[in-house]
Amino acid sequence: MSNETPLWEVFIRPRNGLSHKHCGSLHAADEVLALQAARDTYTRRGEGVSIWVVPSKAIFASDPDQAAENFEPGVDKVYRHPTFYDIPEEVGHM
Amino acid sequence: MYSQGLIGADGATEETEEFLAKFQARIDREEKIEPNDAMPNGYRKTLVRQIGQHAHSEIVGMLPEGNWITRAPSLRRKAALLAKVQDEGGHGLYLYSAAETLGVTREQMTEELLSGKAKYSSIFNYPTPTWADIGTIGWLVDGAAIMNQIPLCRCSYGPYARAMIRVCKEESFHQRQGYEILISLCNGTEEQKQMAQDSINRWWWPSLMMFGPHDAESSHSEQSMKWKIKRFSNDELRQKFIDATVPQAEYLGLTVPDPELKWNPEKNGGKGGYDHGEIDWDEFWRVVKGHGKMNRDRIKDRKKAWDDGAWVREAALAHAEKRAARQTQHAAE
Ligand SMILES: [Fe+2]
Ligand SMILES: [Fe+2]
Ligand SMILES: [Fe+2]
Repeated sequence: MSNETPLWEVFIRPRNGLSHKHCGSLHAADEVLALQAARDTYTRRGEGVSIWVVPSKAIFASDPDQAAENFEPGVDKVYRHPTFYDIPEEVGHM
Repeated sequence: MYSQGLIGADGATEETEEFLAKFQARIDREEKIEPNDAMPNGYRKTLVRQIGQHAHSEIVGMLPEGNWITRAPSLRRKAALLAKVQDEGGHGLYLYSAAETLGVTREQMTEELLSGKAKYSSIFNYPTPTWADIGTIGWLVDGAAIMNQIPLCRCSYGPYARAMIRVCKEESFHQRQGYEILISLCNGTEEQKQMAQDSINRWWWPSLMMFGPHDAESSHSEQSMKWKIKRFSNDELRQKFIDATVPQAEYLGLTVPDPELKWNPEKNGGKGGYDHGEIDWDEFWRVVKGHGKMNRDRIKDRKKAWDDGAWVREAALAHAEKRAARQTQHAAE
């Protein structure tokens, strides 16, 4: 069991100036091999200009069963959006 | 493949002519600079100072408005103000995180704010004695901030630019909710309209000061423009702000407290714009140097919040340690 090769999550920056985006995972013995494997697997067709690898066990996710209580409160707060406020057209863009 | 950590990489660079020219060429090609890229020490320092100040401004900026949450005149206004102040807290977080990618720690930045070593926007050292001030802050102060922040979305430093895109998206309701408050007051009783006018009288000049000293007196400006940290000069942004804002005051039936304000059709390359009176720079520097009406209260409040929160931070760390110890013990059994 303890001899399993660790799992890594791979994040790629598609273009200069953009954030890294999760694109998949892979197994590798350490971060050097993980970066190498990520380059060979995920950037063969110009998909990116920079790679981050993160041990999968370092990532903690929210509980899908709690999605409703976590995220629904953000849906009905219309006053967090600019369109909620009445600004007459004559005032112009604001 | 060579790997490096994201935070705490050694940022020291040997600043040869060749290195600086190569860096400038990247900037000129509109490339974004990222945390692990080689960068001149001055570039790093300028950004740490600017992003740090910006972050502190968001956090200190919560105080003058937070002061009115419990006294907002309706549920609608209270929900809006609460949401706005909550946003500002988030803006502080995005910005602190962007600064941390440059190798400065959150603790360092907090310490520098509380000790008075780090500055924040002078605007937040003015008091908010009336409800109209909440309207005026949204309209003028957030309006000036937006004017400043939109070009920062194209700043050459990637993490700062991306934080600004997020901030600007959230910021757009702040100005509108403020202006809506003023519309209500101006459609109300004579007394309410007066309250709005009095508020503009107090906030107009300090809002213009938010853009910083005149270009000629702004010491870091030129280098910042060359590095594309800044895209427009202080005076250019201030002029844009005045030209956008004066008609909005007119719509409210209010005036800005500048007897020298005058439409000049020749300005802005023939597009027209407003000439305005001289800003009281003595007042600006007084406030920047700590002698505004509210400087002491603001830092006192931030210090109290930090000190009062100490036991929570300690307890959370102790709890985390205990859980980790329990898990290791569990794994060993
Ligand atoms: Fe903000
Ligand atoms: Fe804001
Ligand atoms: Fe801001």
